[in-house]
Amino acid sequence: MAIKQKTKSLKARQDKLSDTFFQLNVLNGKELKDTTFPKFSDQIKQAGFTSLKPSQISIFQLNIGKLCNQTCSHCHVDAGPDRTENMTRELLEKCVEIIAHPSITTVDITGGAPEMNPNFRWFVEACTALGKKVINRCNLTIIRANKKYHDLPDFFAKHQVNVVSSLPYFSKRRTDAQRGDGVFEDSIKALEMLNAVGYGKEGSGLQLDLVYNPTGAFLPGDQLSLEKEFKSQLKRRYNIDFNSLYVITNIPISRFLEYLLASENYEMYMDSLVQAFNPSTVENLMCRNTISVGWDGYLYDCDFNQMLDLKVAAPKSQHINDFDMDLLNKRSIVLNQHCYGCTAGSGSSCGGEIT
Amino acid sequence: MKNKKEGYYQPEDLKKFGKITEFQEELGKKFFDYYGAVFKDGALTAREKALIALAVAHSEQCPYCIDAYSSDCLAKGADEEQMMEAVHVAAAMKAGVALVHATQMMGHVKKLTM
Repeated sequence: MAIKQKTKSLKARQDKLSDTFFQLNVLNGKELKDTTFPKFSDQIKQAGFTSLKPSQISIFQLNIGKLCNQTCSHCHVDAGPDRTENMTRELLEKCVEIIAHPSITTVDITGGAPEMNPNFRWFVEACTALGKKVINRCNLTIIRANKKYHDLPDFFAKHQVNVVSSLPYFSKRRTDAQRGDGVFEDSIKALEMLNAVGYGKEGSGLQLDLVYNPTGAFLPGDQLSLEKEFKSQLKRRYNIDFNSLYVITNIPISRFLEYLLASENYEMYMDSLVQAFNPSTVENLMCRNTISVGWDGYLYDCDFNQMLDLKVAAPKSQHINDFDMDLLNKRSIVLNQHCYGCTAGSGSSCGGEIT
Repeated sequence: MKNKKEGYYQPEDLKKFGKITEFQEELGKKFFDYYGAVFKDGALTAREKALIALAVAHSEQCPYCIDAYSSDCLAKGADEEQMMEAVHVAAAMKAGVALVHATQMMGHVKKLTM
């Protein structure tokens, strides 16, 4: 079934929010809203950190393109079929050189739909040849989008790729409301295809994890409890198996910020994040062991800083061509008001809860 | 007091619930400890308890509780269908409670009439 897109990208609509500087001004009470919240950097200081520093970069996360077959209403990347940005082979080759560094254990590939980058398969093979764990953030429907993607489950299995897929809910209504009409049906079919090659099945060694993120202006509940519910419901309704559920908080940027403003939930949502600030999450924030690489090779502390164009605070190592592990391990992490999204409640990261 | 909104049931008052300890700390604290313990996972899951609370919120017609437990049910992974079914349980109970009293009425009427 063809997906009915929810919207176009902010960029295609020439929306003011496509300007990252404008987004930061909104988050800091200087545009659209005059509401200000306590500065995140002050909260970190009160929690006993003079500045936030990396522990050791071990996860190399790449956003290899903004092109996607979906236009989800909460997308922090502002991805969609109307975006054309894709990482080049030349930059990916440079990334492979860096990934060979012994401290890098995991390569985390995201997008857009990363599989739409023509260099995707070559890159996965190059990383697995180095013996690195490869995570692919797959939106599921790409597997069904075109014949040329139908063999992706076999490709993932052959290279032992850890497939991490968004499925915001185990029902059509909630999933399609966030991701577009037809997405739920295609997602279930894609999950069946992944299960058929062994993904999510006990003893197969093929890891299939799902990502839950709330389909609206509310914070996620307990990860373990939601995982139990997802497992039971997906098994009972569709005979689907998976390994773990990662619960991720929606970060108030890009199209999710647009939704919060349009639905008049912005203040309430930000207040919920601020009230739920949990100092014990800080130690395990993903920005402390991850480096995030943009499609054009620039380096960021995380995928969210990337989407706000907040480059790493290491002036001599801001691009993949100037990658310097020592300088990057000594940098201070760039903070702003959206960081409240990762420290609320049990915390949030690309691997789910962090406490 | 400046800027105080007049009238009952102001949504922002829900945020002040925790401050009831201001006038009686010991009992308020005991209540919140108990309340917190009740809503944890137990023989019933926290989600099932939130759905029960949502039903009670409707039968008790408490707008604070309806807002709070609608949010809580969503956060805990309940969907619209489950939440509406919980409200129907409350509605059915309300109707049943009214109708079961009809037996009292019928008995009394039968006693008084030929």
